[in-house]
Amino acid sequence: MEIKVLGTGCANCKTLEKGVQIAVEELKIEAKVEKVEDIQKIMGYGIMRTPGLVINEKVVLSGRVPSVKEIKELIEKHK
Amino acid sequence: MKFTFFNTQKGKIILPVVLIFVWYFVYHYLQPFTDWLIFSALGMTKGEHLAETLWFFIFEFPKVLLLLTLIIFFVGIIRTFFTPERTKKALEGKRTFTGNIMASMLGIVTPFCSCSAIPLFFGFVEAGVPLGVTFSFLIAAPMINEVAVVLLYGMFGWKVALIYITTGLTIAIIAGWVIGKLKLEKWVEPWVYETKVGHNTLGDKKLHFSDRIKFGYEAIKEIVGKVWLYVALGIAVGAGAHGYVPAEFMASFMGKDVWYAVPLSVLIGIPLYSNAAGIIPIVSVLIEKGAALGTALAFMMSVIGLSLPEMIILRKVLKMPLIFTFIGVVGVGIMMVGFLFNFIF
Repeated sequence: MEIKVLGTGCANCKTLEKGVQIAVEELKIEAKVEKVEDIQKIMGYGIMRTPGLVINEKVVLSGRVPSVKEIKELIEKHK
Repeated sequence: MKFTFFNTQKGKIILPVVLIFVWYFVYHYLQPFTDWLIFSALGMTKGEHLAETLWFFIFEFPKVLLLLTLIIFFVGIIRTFFTPERTKKALEGKRTFTGNIMASMLGIVTPFCSCSAIPLFFGFVEAGVPLGVTFSFLIAAPMINEVAVVLLYGMFGWKVALIYITTGLTIAIIAGWVIGKLKLEKWVEPWVYETKVGHNTLGDKKLHFSDRIKFGYEAIKEIVGKVWLYVALGIAVGAGAHGYVPAEFMASFMGKDVWYAVPLSVLIGIPLYSNAAGIIPIVSVLIEKGAALGTALAFMMSVIGLSLPEMIILRKVLKMPLIFTFIGVVGVGIMMVGFLFNFIF
């Protein structure tokens, strides 16, 4: 599966990226985690708040940093 | 009652009610407790420099934190009703003055952080929200935020908080309207209009009230977790000045009769970047020591509303002349507020 963290480099985006990596490790799944910093690419997903979380090209969350537990639930739900 | 009760959906709604009683109890007894601690337990004398400084810090710091926690909790819940997506929809097709008024008010309640200024700007442009209306939003959102309002209420009382909100709103409405009239779309980076903005179905989900409460706690964790240190620093500096700086010391620099103090305060405030949490406790002591209200207000608005990091972020989508026009129009508005309040009070 493919997970993307959308963010222009603010503190929250980095926190989310770390959270995603922890979640992926704990779930022991094969996933490609990518950070998208290019604003035009980010806007392609139509979010109005960063950070954004995209799983398999679907926006599942934007504008806040969820807990690792919530990230795991989101991954399970959208894989 | 079992503790697990608070994990049920009903319990999640009742828990905040219980906590509010605890909150009220602590808030109510904070001042008597501080008095007792400083003047009885530690046996210090009223009016002494050190006693006044300690008293100020031990009372004000927990007081402001308590107020912040309470208000941010409610604001966190209220904001689950106002997503930027909905705000965008509400502003779609709104022209001229009505749009500016709506955008400024929505700027207060819509969750906003300057790091999201760009995606938000794109979203507005894409929805066809006029540039001036977008600016009304971008001026109001950072200037009138919950942290600033709580601190103003905590350190100055509700009258000054209300003055700040109404004048801030007025500036956002008029400045946005002026920028709209100037027709500056040519100074928006052209690639903004060429970018294809996608759509997502997020944010249309139905939330249960217990979910909204969860967002309230999250807001406390995020915002109080971020600003408490600035509050502590601001109040510590304020406490030091409160105890040791002589009364009327500021009158000769920032007093009513020093006319150039207003423009100077605004100019100094623009590059100076501090969040509301750090600056307001310091300004409250400036006023206590003889600074004029209008001058202090102008200084705060300039520091909080016009920040260098936000300009740098906006530079990605706006050309320099538009950034300067933005700073100029808002700066003039703030100065007028400063002069007005120095004249009235």
